[in-house]
Amino acid sequence: MELLSGGEALIRALQDEGVEYIFGYPGGAALHIYDAIFQQQAVEHVLVRHEQAATHMADAYARVTGKPGVALVTSGPGATNAVTGLATAFMDSIPMVVISGQVQSDLIGTDSFQETDMVGISRPVVKHSFMVKSAEEMAEVVKKAFYIASSGRPGPVVIDVPKDTTDPSYRVPYAYPESVSLRSYNPATRGHPRQIRKAVDLLLAAKRPIIYSGGGVIQGNASEPLIALAKRLHLPVTHTLMGLGAYPSTDPQFLGMLGMHGGYPANMAMHHSDLILAVGARFDDRVTNDPSKFCPDAKVIHIDVDPASISKIIPAEVPIVGPALPVLTELLATLEERLKEAPELVDEAARSAWWSQIEGWRSHHDFDHDQRHRNEAEAIIKPQTVVQALYRATGGEAYITSDVGQHQMFAAQYYRFDAPRRWVNSGGLGTMGYGLPAAMGVKLAFPDAVVACVTGEGSIQMNIQELSTCRQYGLPVKIINLNNQALGMVRQWQDMQYAGRHSGSVYQDSLPDFVALAESYGHVGMRVTDPAKLDEAMEEVFSPALKDRLVFLDVAVDQNEHVYPMWVRGGGLRDMMLSKTERS
Amino acid sequence: MRRIISVLLENEAGALSRVVGLFAQRNYNIESLTVAPTEDATLSRLTLTTLGDDKKIEQITKQLNKLIEVVKVVDLTEGEHVERELMLVKLRAVGAQRAEIKRTADIFRGQIVDATESAYTVQLVGVSSKLDAFLRAVGELSILEVVRSGVSGLARGEKVVSV
Ligand SMILES: Cc1ncc(C[n+]2csc(CCOP(=O)(O)OP(=O)(O)O)c2C)c(N)n1
Ligand SMILES: [Mg+2]
Repeated sequence: MELLSGGEALIRALQDEGVEYIFGYPGGAALHIYDAIFQQQAVEHVLVRHEQAATHMADAYARVTGKPGVALVTSGPGATNAVTGLATAFMDSIPMVVISGQVQSDLIGTDSFQETDMVGISRPVVKHSFMVKSAEEMAEVVKKAFYIASSGRPGPVVIDVPKDTTDPSYRVPYAYPESVSLRSYNPATRGHPRQIRKAVDLLLAAKRPIIYSGGGVIQGNASEPLIALAKRLHLPVTHTLMGLGAYPSTDPQFLGMLGMHGGYPANMAMHHSDLILAVGARFDDRVTNDPSKFCPDAKVIHIDVDPASISKIIPAEVPIVGPALPVLTELLATLEERLKEAPELVDEAARSAWWSQIEGWRSHHDFDHDQRHRNEAEAIIKPQTVVQALYRATGGEAYITSDVGQHQMFAAQYYRFDAPRRWVNSGGLGTMGYGLPAAMGVKLAFPDAVVACVTGEGSIQMNIQELSTCRQYGLPVKIINLNNQALGMVRQWQDMQYAGRHSGSVYQDSLPDFVALAESYGHVGMRVTDPAKLDEAMEEVFSPALKDRLVFLDVAVDQNEHVYPMWVRGGGLRDMMLSKTERS
Repeated sequence: MRRIISVLLENEAGALSRVVGLFAQRNYNIESLTVAPTEDATLSRLTLTTLGDDKKIEQITKQLNKLIEVVKVVDLTEGEHVERELMLVKLRAVGAQRAEIKRTADIFRGQIVDATESAYTVQLVGVSSKLDAFLRAVGELSILEVVRSGVSGLARGEKVVSV
């Protein structure tokens, strides 16, 4: 057997896992590992400018490819800088492996230089973590880490690597395990057939059913059976922020996103439904509003790979534990069998009554997918129209990453995603600073794809240093900065709940010149302030001439715009503000 | 409602901190906790008592099951079970108190396991409420120090918790 040092074994194990990229930043405790990276070509290291960015790049790489992303950081400050990225991935159930250097074993616990208890600090925000005890166990730990990160409900895994376990002078036989089994970890691989039959019965009996799906359908690659099921029973579909793209947004059966900033038809249909088919969604508080007022007439079928998500917030009539893909596939087959025997089980009359009720809500209030008239009327760029221009300029085909704030909600509401894994954002943790590194991770995963980051001047400044990484690796992502010169979402809440007292949400003329800033990193900077020039500027950003350039488009948008609909706190899903003055 | 949750755990460094951390992180309460290796050296058995309604307990057991190192979780209070707690109490024992404490300890089937001129140490085993009752019976004034093991338990009958 081949003899490798622990550091070499670690990198070889990553090769054996099929890892393409390590996003990382070096430091003392990680230097043996860095030396092992230097001596091979199969895994490419991408040097970031801040460890947080490395974790977001790995995370976004995972979101679009479905393969675990890998980040490498040093001990102490390197490790703590990775915590936000771990938490971000944890909240959205993203498979990721973060390798942190650690001080050598005999110094652990002595407050040695750059020592921090990474396993302890990260514990609440990881699916699992390992501390490597010896070079001998390196390969097995890596195998387990990837298995745990990517199976069941995915999540981030930390491997903390004391420096002595990577010592180049100590070599051990290397063999990558073919498989792992953990007696204490057996995630469900399919749903219970009896539960699936019950679900079919409920679906056929329902008068006002609706599909509510989330990130689990995206991560679980279950779009296809979801669409087939919706089509077969002509069901309305709504998605969470994390679920966008699972069902084509431009299809008439799609009602839009639901929840706090969800669409009126989606929230009304949910509220009035008598059956919710929840798939890979977790009844997050940004979806339910007050759980005691949530969808009063609805029974719930809840499909989730994590049993702990089921009946956590809203009790499920029919819980089905299992991954979305096999469960929905089996559910469809069971349904077809039933319908073959008894096609009359589909209650066409009830379904058409339900749809006419939904169409009523749609015509009362829905997202306006061309708001250029508002720009003209007020001679100012409305942020929504920037997303709409982006949608037109990219033909709806781009990968869109986002940050957190109003711009994120506008992107979710107005970029209409027709395919899964195209919309990449930090939904659960709401991490400002996610967007740019995420776009970079996507671009590395799919170099030929169009990748745009819809951001705000607040969020982009949280990881703006990555413009330098983009320069080093030639990553021509497009940054669309909805510059409202304020922490807009904070400001909106202050307008609505604090009588307009803008405490800590404005910058008092301290913003940088983003065009010059982009140019100083060797990129292309552009600014647009005139609504009449918006489409033209957007076309230019995506023009063939700039295909290989990072373009930073700084768009001056209306600072006073709010995101609507916005639910009324403490209400049910039907309780929304539809504009500054209009209530549902 | 008070529940006794029994957990089989991989006997590995860090496993216990994940269980305890989970309770802190999710705002679950721990009344008592005991942990020690079992007859199988690769496993620890952890018993904890907590308070919560059915929904809370369901979440607690599900979240515990999600921990990679947790092999098995059982809510002993769901069925018939035996539970015991060990208590050692050091009591002020002078003059007439000495006989009084001895009598009370006898009633509760306690044993005096250490004695000095002015103090007795009483050992008691039983369900937690019996230990509480003993403390009430001897009265606050004479209690110098109390240490309790926390609850351990097993299901009654043939049922076993194993891998
Ligand atoms: C790291 C982090 N800190 C604070 C917040 C709270 N927060 C949510 S939205 C927001 C304002 C974002 O401003 P900007 O990026 O300019 O977006 P806008 O709302 O103006 O579109 C803040 C501060 C957060 N989500 N993340
Ligand atoms: Mg802003």
